[in-house]
Amino acid sequence: MNTIHRRALPLAAMMLVFGFAAYAAEPDSVTISNFAFSPAILSVSSGTKVTWTNKDEEPHTVTSADAGKTFKSDALDTDDSFSFTFDKPGVYKYFCSIHPHMTGTIVVK
Amino acid sequence: MSTRRGFLKCMGWAGTGIAWTVMGGIPRAVNLGGDAEAAASGFSFVQISDSHIGFKGEVNPDPRGTLQVALDKIAALPNKPAMMIHTGDVTHLSKAEEFDTAQRIIQGAKLDTHFIPGEHDVIGDDGKQFFDRFGDKGRTGMGWYSWDQEGVHFVALVNVYGFAPATGATLGKDQLEWLEGDLKGKSASTPIVILAHIPLWSIYPQWGWVTSDADQAFAYLKPFGSVTVLNGHIHQVVQKVEGKVTFQTAMSTAFPQPKAGEAPNPGPMKVPADQLKSVLGIRDIEVVPPASPKLSDQTLA
Repeated sequence: MNTIHRRALPLAAMMLVFGFAAYAAEPDSVTISNFAFSPAILSVSSGTKVTWTNKDEEPHTVTSADAGKTFKSDALDTDDSFSFTFDKPGVYKYFCSIHPHMTGTIVVK
Repeated sequence: MSTRRGFLKCMGWAGTGIAWTVMGGIPRAVNLGGDAEAAASGFSFVQISDSHIGFKGEVNPDPRGTLQVALDKIAALPNKPAMMIHTGDVTHLSKAEEFDTAQRIIQGAKLDTHFIPGEHDVIGDDGKQFFDRFGDKGRTGMGWYSWDQEGVHFVALVNVYGFAPATGATLGKDQLEWLEGDLKGKSASTPIVILAHIPLWSIYPQWGWVTSDADQAFAYLKPFGSVTVLNGHIHQVVQKVEGKVTFQTAMSTAFPQPKAGEAPNPGPMKVPADQLKSVLGIRDIEVVPPASPKLSDQTLA
């Protein structure tokens, strides 16, 4: 019993830590993988810094779809990241300027 | 015997007179003596594409090396090409050092070279760095241009701008208007060679292998007896002949891509290192105007 107890505690602690980490990382990041933005629609609260990370071997960009290009990354090579802080509520559509069929949306509340 | 005499008689007539022939897809009367000599001249040029300098992916960590192999292959061709065309994606990420490296390697070939940009060459600066180095003096609009060479009319189109979410490549209204004017007054028997990075026919729209307003361009090209469309972008040879129009995409000098729809995405296709050169290549194009150009794709293996 004692052994099981000792094993169970660190495991529970680890699960808790990883659980929180996953929870904390998820709401403000977008993964670019397999020629898609994931999640395709991300809701965040105003003032949130959103980070996109490219996990593909092909480069991608994060380019705001509005005429004024509210946000626009350089070419993101494999494992490169781009961040933008959304200060105003609204619906922000974006795409990859190299592969325009890749689209995503950030909803800022 | 009478058949043979008839044949010889006919030969005699043909030798001194005129004959009908189909050249440039347009039947026309030719003076056999004069045009035979003109036809014997002619020239060749080469196409390279998608050199992606700056690519570091597993399939080819050294795209500079494979570009050099491609240029060495061209230097070894039995007929020295009159010029070279590069149909875009010279660089991988539009970085200054990538442009510099590409320029240095390509200049080493000592060939008059005509460039058009790929979408990888215009990231972030709408092609400024690309056109500073590789822009044609006669270019207009967003970089398109045309020139005549030894009886062939070449048109270099740009279809890597104006990308909008969920739409494919386009030529755009301005470029189409320019094309209509550019072709006006050209004889229908002039062979036309069109260059564009992204295919001008719908190969696989799901992966963006399409130019959505290309139909309008082909409406302007309809009167011409020989139209050859040389594209890049998809890193493999795909050919289609439609009436008098021959479409052909080219191999890359850097890495292969999967066949349409045969992978989850169009990203670089992994091949064993010892097979890489067999899926990279160059294209040699023989032209004897007014006949249609003859395309010959060769791998780097």
